[in-house]
Amino acid sequence: MTMVADRPEGLEEASVATPEFEKAAERAASRRGFLLSLPAYAYLVLFFAVPLGIVMMYSFATRNRFGGTDLSGWNLNAYRKLGEPIVRDILFRSLWLAILTTLICLVVAYPFAYFIATRTPLIRNLMLVFVMIPFWTNFLVRNYAWRVLLGNDGLFTNISEALGLGERELLFTTSAVVIGLVYGFLPFMVLPLYASIERIDLSLVEASRDLYASGFQTFRRVLLPLSMPGVIAGSILVFVPSLGAYVTPEILGGAKTTLLGSYIVTQFLTARNWPVGASLSFVLMAVMLVATLVYFRTGGRNL
Amino acid sequence: MSSTVQPRGTTKIALTAHSWLVYLFFFAPIFVLIVFSFSDDNNVGRWGGFTLEWYQDFVEHNQLQNAVWVSVRVALLSTVISVVLGTLAALALERFKFRGRKVFDALLYLPIIIPDVTMAVMMLLFFSEFFDLLDAWFGLDLQKGLGSITISHIAFNISFVSVVVRARLAGMSEVLEEAALDLYATRWKTFRYVTFPQIVPGVAGGALLALTLSLDDVVITQFAAGPGATTLPVFVFGLIRRGVTPLINATSVLMLAASVILVALSLAFQQFSGRGGRPSLRAAREAVSAPPKTNTQIKEGINQ
Amino acid sequence: MKNRKLFWLLSVLLAFALAAAACGNDDDDGGGIADCEVNETDGNLNIFNWAEYIDEEQLAAFSDEFDVSVTMDVYDSNEAMQPIVAAGNSGYDLIVPSDYMVAILIAGGTVQPLNKDAIPNIANISTDFRNLIYDPAGDYSVPYQWGTTGIAVDTEAVGTDFPRTWGLIFDPAIADEHSGSISLLNDPRETIGAALKYLGYSLNSTDEGQLEEATDLVASARGRLAAFNTDSADEFLTTGETVIAHGYSGDMFTQFLETDDPSRYVYFVPDEGGTRWIDNMAIPFDAGSPCTAHTFINWLLTAEQGAALSNWNYYSTPNAAAFGGLDEDLQDFLSTPGVAPVEILEEIQDTGDFEVKFSDAFIEAKG
Repeated sequence: MTMVADRPEGLEEASVATPEFEKAAERAASRRGFLLSLPAYAYLVLFFAVPLGIVMMYSFATRNRFGGTDLSGWNLNAYRKLGEPIVRDILFRSLWLAILTTLICLVVAYPFAYFIATRTPLIRNLMLVFVMIPFWTNFLVRNYAWRVLLGNDGLFTNISEALGLGERELLFTTSAVVIGLVYGFLPFMVLPLYASIERIDLSLVEASRDLYASGFQTFRRVLLPLSMPGVIAGSILVFVPSLGAYVTPEILGGAKTTLLGSYIVTQFLTARNWPVGASLSFVLMAVMLVATLVYFRTGGRNL
Repeated sequence: MSSTVQPRGTTKIALTAHSWLVYLFFFAPIFVLIVFSFSDDNNVGRWGGFTLEWYQDFVEHNQLQNAVWVSVRVALLSTVISVVLGTLAALALERFKFRGRKVFDALLYLPIIIPDVTMAVMMLLFFSEFFDLLDAWFGLDLQKGLGSITISHIAFNISFVSVVVRARLAGMSEVLEEAALDLYATRWKTFRYVTFPQIVPGVAGGALLALTLSLDDVVITQFAAGPGATTLPVFVFGLIRRGVTPLINATSVLMLAASVILVALSLAFQQFSGRGGRPSLRAAREAVSAPPKTNTQIKEGINQ
Repeated sequence: MKNRKLFWLLSVLLAFALAAAACGNDDDDGGGIADCEVNETDGNLNIFNWAEYIDEEQLAAFSDEFDVSVTMDVYDSNEAMQPIVAAGNSGYDLIVPSDYMVAILIAGGTVQPLNKDAIPNIANISTDFRNLIYDPAGDYSVPYQWGTTGIAVDTEAVGTDFPRTWGLIFDPAIADEHSGSISLLNDPRETIGAALKYLGYSLNSTDEGQLEEATDLVASARGRLAAFNTDSADEFLTTGETVIAHGYSGDMFTQFLETDDPSRYVYFVPDEGGTRWIDNMAIPFDAGSPCTAHTFINWLLTAEQGAALSNWNYYSTPNAAAFGGLDEDLQDFLSTPGVAPVEILEEIQDTGDFEVKFSDAFIEAKG
């Protein structure tokens, strides 16, 4: 993605600032930017960063024999535990599932978001709301409904039987987990994709078609670069929660393999080993944060 | 932003078919959920003949109704606040360079990245200390409840809203805003009539996301909650040990019906106010919907 | 620049203040026995309980009788409830922890000692529920409901003359026949515990060698499983998803009654032994209305209320005075051989540092 891609070409020269005002304008912009961010900034410092600091202390503490946490005798034991092979296996397995989920969501959501973005405003709003409506039902009940669909007497088994593929039960398989995750996080991909595709001046698409670009070329050279911010935002919104998901793998996957999300939950809520839960969370967050920021940098701009 | 460019031929057919399939995917479990809300069996996965018993139960179940109300109130309140804060944050990060920007940028991603159980634990510890502190310093005897749940939901929703709004803002031309400012529109007017109409899809998307996340959250809510402040997901999660019954399906169906009615009403209202809306607003909408236009047209849009 | 510094300064200050508060306030309310009379109330009652464990109408009856308002919130696991209450400021007056959790709560100073003079009906508790290992003198807790963990089978698939052993799940010679139709609870202590029992050990064993054997056993059974599942083990059995299910007595029993032919399913505790779990009432250290809580406990221990409780949630009651008032179905089930063989049951105990090993072993077994 390049700068050119970020600005529709015809508008490029209009935004060039005159040099003499630059300094004063920069200072004013800096002040304004700061003031705009202040409410959210202050909010997150008080209600997120400070609580995060408290948990961070816990990651260096020790689990006492009653499953409480002794805030003394600071050590790195919890971090050391993360080097164990079982944690590594869980991590790789979860990464693979999260990547797969993200890719499927992207492939499914992109044409869908594009289709919505090219409707009339009324239809567009309607379509968008109908994406979200299913998700205003209860999360757990949705998962149970999937269990019915994927179960031994469910729709999918019947379809595969009707197609002559034999009785194929998906429930309690990895495929069921992926279906559940894609279902759960697809809207997270659709929304930012829609928001960024809708912004694109679609006459650019028309122009490219007029100039005999193929549909794929138009997508590859025009649409995709212009919608990259949406692709990135959507990928993060899908990837991150799929990596931490634990309810869907348990309900649809039969909990037969442990994924990262359930490992962390287990540390906090079964083993009551808060230091390990906290340290794992911090390592995960640090890696993800760095990855995210690098992703954006290499994405061409600092989104 | 023109909606006149429609995909053509086979592409169009494929796109249309694909969208229907996606909706089928979205609504298949919802269909199952609705059907089983009428099932005369305690299990959500077994059909036991038609009944309206679960709807009857809902009407009689005070605790459940209370949970639904708590959920709805928390969701709406946290969505409104986080949409305002998140949009401001997105604007600041996309439109301005300021000191502390990088730290803020990173801070803003953390609530998305953090595992929810970790956030739950940290909010629990935070509130219990925070309230002790308020008590010790100011003699305020606060208790966890609706307020602490809402505060926690805002804390993660700000980030989700800002990510979606930023996806919209990123690379959006500033030329119209500059033109408006050149034409002596105030900063507020520029935002109100130029910037905001352009980012509405992002803001709306962010709001939908925030609402959904808030309505679905279990662990963070559970740990931030206090007496009498059980949300629907927390209540439903509690049922896991005894088995979730179609009562929850019925509850979901009722919420679904309510939201569909609300959506229909708001669309009708939009249609109505869209036709009879203030001319300046319409002009501004038109002005931004087909850039680039001449400055005169934009000026008309703003100064009317 | 100034602004940013201010931020950091504020954040650091706040962090320090909170840290100071964190170190200073432990157990500030804990300690003494509440000074309460029988049937005394000192405010409204906030209960933190498992979901669907008591009828709203029963709570309303208490509310009417004693003229206090009753609020109930629910949790889904002991481990989720414990930190919420232990952190303080939870606002709850009465909690319902399971056996091993009572020991943890006592050790952590999270629950207050009961004033037994204010709970005369404690005399109604059956002798089977005295001298409990997690709270020997019953100073902190009063049993609420109880049940066992065992195996339920679908006799249509398994037949009626199956051996009553954990081997139905763990012995390849018996279990392979039903491969893919078996479920184990998704709970480290219960499931590793079942394997320990099959191997002839205590389910509270803290012997690493025994734990390893049990872990390998669960791992070897993994291929035969439909799922590790706690929330729907009973439902899977009656919908045909499974034919052999590891599960809780009360859940299985209510599920059987749901079907057209309840006699098709059998629940039993295998001969090697199983778990007896007991949920208890206890009062958090910082309860706002401890006397109302005492009064509620005493009220629930009457014969009438104890029977009403069991007849609604269909778990067994530890209240000897309430036995006569139980529904016939329930009495029949409880007297079925193998459902509650007291002599071979064992309670799960907190094993301290070894808990982490149980948890790790279970994850390892699941692969």
